[in-house]
Amino acid sequence: MRIGVDVGGTNTDAALMDGNRVVGWFKTPTTPDVTTGITKAVRTVLEETKVPSDEIKAVMIGTTHFTNAVVERKRLMETAAIRLGLPATECLPPMVDWPADLRDTIGHHKYLVHGGHEFDGREISPLDEKEIRDVAKDIKSKGIRAVAISAVFSPVNSSFEDRAAEIVQDEIPDVSISLSHEIGRMGILERENAAILNACLGDLAQAIVQSLRKALKEMKIDAPFYLSQNDGTLMSADYAEKYPVLTFTSGPTNSMRGAAFLSGVKDAMVVDLGGTTSDVGMLLRGFPREASVAVEISGVRTNFRMPDVYSFGLGGGSIVTEDPLKIGPQSVGYELTTKGLAFGGDVLTATDLAVAGGLVDIGDASAVKSLDARLVRQALDEIQSMVETAVDQMKTSAEPIPLILVGGGTILVSRQVEGTSEMVKPEHFPVANAIGAAIAQVGGETDRVFAMAELSRDDALAQAKQEASDKAISAGADEKTITIVDVEEVPLAYLPSNAVRIRVKAVGDLALS
Amino acid sequence: MRLLHPENVVDIALGAAVLGTGGGGDPYIGKLMGIQAIEEFGPVTLLSLDEIEDDALIVPTAMMGAPTVMVEKLPKGDEIIKAFHALESYLGRKITATMSAEAGGLNSVTPLTVAARLRIPMVDCDGMGRAFPELQMVTATLYGVSSTPFAIGDEKGNSAILNTVNNRWTETFSRSITIDMGCAAMIACYATTGKELKEWAVPDTMTLVESIGRTIREARESKANVVETVRKAVGGFEVFKGKIVDVQRRTEKGFAKGEAILDGVNQYDSQTLKLQFQNENLMAEVDGEIVVSVPDLITLLDTETGEPITTENLRYGFRVTVLGIPCNEKWRTPEGLELVGPRYFGYDIDWVPVEERFG
Repeated sequence: MRIGVDVGGTNTDAALMDGNRVVGWFKTPTTPDVTTGITKAVRTVLEETKVPSDEIKAVMIGTTHFTNAVVERKRLMETAAIRLGLPATECLPPMVDWPADLRDTIGHHKYLVHGGHEFDGREISPLDEKEIRDVAKDIKSKGIRAVAISAVFSPVNSSFEDRAAEIVQDEIPDVSISLSHEIGRMGILERENAAILNACLGDLAQAIVQSLRKALKEMKIDAPFYLSQNDGTLMSADYAEKYPVLTFTSGPTNSMRGAAFLSGVKDAMVVDLGGTTSDVGMLLRGFPREASVAVEISGVRTNFRMPDVYSFGLGGGSIVTEDPLKIGPQSVGYELTTKGLAFGGDVLTATDLAVAGGLVDIGDASAVKSLDARLVRQALDEIQSMVETAVDQMKTSAEPIPLILVGGGTILVSRQVEGTSEMVKPEHFPVANAIGAAIAQVGGETDRVFAMAELSRDDALAQAKQEASDKAISAGADEKTITIVDVEEVPLAYLPSNAVRIRVKAVGDLALS
Repeated sequence: MRLLHPENVVDIALGAAVLGTGGGGDPYIGKLMGIQAIEEFGPVTLLSLDEIEDDALIVPTAMMGAPTVMVEKLPKGDEIIKAFHALESYLGRKITATMSAEAGGLNSVTPLTVAARLRIPMVDCDGMGRAFPELQMVTATLYGVSSTPFAIGDEKGNSAILNTVNNRWTETFSRSITIDMGCAAMIACYATTGKELKEWAVPDTMTLVESIGRTIREARESKANVVETVRKAVGGFEVFKGKIVDVQRRTEKGFAKGEAILDGVNQYDSQTLKLQFQNENLMAEVDGEIVVSVPDLITLLDTETGEPITTENLRYGFRVTVLGIPCNEKWRTPEGLELVGPRYFGYDIDWVPVEERFG
C-alpha cells in the first residue's frame, strides 16, 4: 500500500492506495509551515482507513515547500553563482534579470571566469584553475556555503563544471554545489537560474526532508518517501535533498495524472473545475501535454516544462449576473458556503444554479426555488457552453475524445460535452492530485545537443536514452522497469554537422526493496 | 529625432519578433542586451531617414549565427567595436550612424547596443522589413550596394574584413567564418552614404516594431484580443487558426528546413494548413492551395497570448493563429522576387500578394 499526498494552495490532500484501489482519502487545509498539514493528512487517512502503518510501503509527496520559500524570500541561503564562459557572456552577468529583492536576499554574488565550450565541443577558453581557486577563496571568506556553477554549453560537455566543482569543494569543504548541467537544459540564463535557485534551497532541502522523515517515523511508517518532480514523476528523498528545485510546479501534473488514472484512460481531456477557475489540459499517453512558454518562478525565468493548461473563469463560486447574462469571472471562492444563496447568503452563484436545476443536492434547495426557471436554464446552458469552448480550444483534432471531470465544481456539468466521446466523473475526484502523486513513477530527463558528424543519429539517441535512464535510476527507479516515454529531436538552424538537440524522458517503477 | 530608453527596447524586441516570421533569433536575449547597453552607456538617438545628411556614412550592424548558440554563448558585448574601427580605418572616415539590416528578430536591437557603446545615432529604418535567412537578402542588393568591405568580430577579439565581388559571396564566406567563430559573431556591412540609404532602406521600421510591441503590451494589460490587435497594427490578414498536429524537421546545408501541419478550428474546422519553413516561414497552403508565400510575411502567434512562435519552437498541440502580412514594395519588383521570391527557395510558383487573396 502507498500514501500519496499533494499540497495545494487551499488544501493538502492524502490518498491511501492498495495497488490500483483507493482505500481512503482525506482533505485538510494547507498549513503555513506545510509540514503540519502533510502530517495531519497522512495521520488521518491512516486512522480513518484503520490500515496498520507497517503496511505502507511508500509515501509520495507533491510539496510546495520550496516554491513557497522562493516566493516568500524566506529560508534561502546566501549563494554565489560562478559562470564559466569568458570572454563570452560578459554582457549579461548572472542574475541580470532577477527581481532585485530576490537577488539581494541571496546576496547577488556573481563570478565570471574563463572556460565554457562551443556548440561542437571546442573550448571557448581553457579552464583556469587558479582563477577558480581565487574565486572559491573569495566565496569562502564571505562565509557563503552555497554555490551554483554553470558553464556555456555544459549540456554538450560538462567537464568544466565537474572540474570547477572539485576545486570549489576542495577550498570550501562544507559547501553545497549545484551544477547547471544536472538540473537544466539548453539556454544558459534559464539553466543558470535553475542552478542558483537550487543552490539557495540547500539548507531548507535538508531540513524539510529530515522533518518529513521524522514525521513519518513518528507515525511508525517505516517506508521510503518520495517527492514529486515538476513533470509529475517522483524522486527519492535523497535525490530531492540535492535537487529541491525539481519539485517546483508539480501540482498541475499530479492532478491530471490522477484524473487519468481514475478514469483508466491515457488519452483524454481533463477539466479540473475549481471554486473560481477551471483548468483544461490534455493527456497524451498518460502524461499532460506540455506548454511552450518558459516558466517564471517568482519573477525568475526558467525553462521548466509545465502542463499546457487553458484556464477560464468558471467555478463553483462564480458570481452570476443577469442582463446580460454572465457567469464569473468574479467569484466568492471559498466563501461559497456562507455567501451563496443556497447557504443562506445573498449572492447568486453558479452552485446555486446547479442546486436550482436539480443537478446537485447540497445546501437549502428552497432558498433557490424562487429563481426564474428560464434564467436557470439559460445560465446552465451558458456554463455548458463555456466548458465546451474550453474543451474545443484544447483539442488537437476533430475526433471526439474522453473527458474527465475532477474538482469540486464538477457539479456544474450535467450534460454530455460536445466534442467528447464520453464523460467520466471518477469516484474520489476531489483528491485526484494526491492519487496522481501516489501512482507516479520515478523519472529522469536529459536535454542535450549532439553534433551528428562525430556521432551517428542512432548512437546519439542511444546515448541520450542512456543518460535519461541513468538519471531515473539515481532518482530511485527500478532499473528493470525503465522505459523511454518521450523522445524529441530538433535539428538546429545554421549549425554545421547536422547538430541536433535531443530530449529524452525515461520513467521506471519505484525500486522498493 | 528621439531618444531610445530601456522601456522602448522592451517594445522593440517584442514587436520585432512578429516581423521575425518564425526566425530572427531569441527576442529575450536581444531585449536584455539592449537594456544593459543603454543602462551602461546612456540612451540612443534614433534619427529618421530625412534627418540623415546625404554625405553621412551609415553602416548596418547585426549578429550572425545560430539562434541556438546565441542563447548559450551570450556575447561579450564589444565584438563589433574592433571590427567597426577597422572598417573606419579601411574606409578612411568616421562612421556617422548605424542601423538594423534586419528588423525581424533580435537584429532590431543589436545595432542599438553598438550605437550605445560608440555613442553614435541609429537610423529609423532597416534592410528587409522582416527577417530572411541569407545575408544578401537586403534591399541594398537590389540597388547595387555592396555588402563589402564587411567586418566580422567574435568575443575573443578576432576580427576580419572581407571584400567580395557580389553579396552572395559575402554570405558564403561570412557563414564559414561565423561557424569557425562558434556560430555566433557580430558583423558590420553594407556601408552606405545617406543619399544611397534614402533610396534603398525600408523606412521607419524601428518605429513600426516599437509600436507593434507597445500594442501587444497594452492589449495584454487590458485583456483585449491580442492577436486581432496585432493583426491590425501590422496591416495583416488572418490566414488560418488551428492546432499543430505534426512537425517535421531536417537540416540541409546548415539551414533548418521543415514543415508543420495545422488542423483548423472554428471557421477553419475541417481545413488543413501546411506551413513550410527554412529558419523563417516561407509558404502556407490550405487544403493544397498556396495562400501566402515569401516575400510576404507569414507569422504564427499563440492564439491565447499573441506571442510570436519561432520555427524552432513549433510543437504538436500548439494553438496558433497564422497571419499574412504584405511585404515592402521593394521586394515586389522582378529583381526583388528573384532575390527573395518563392523560386529562390525552390518553389516553382508565381508570387501572389497576400492582400489580393485576403484583402
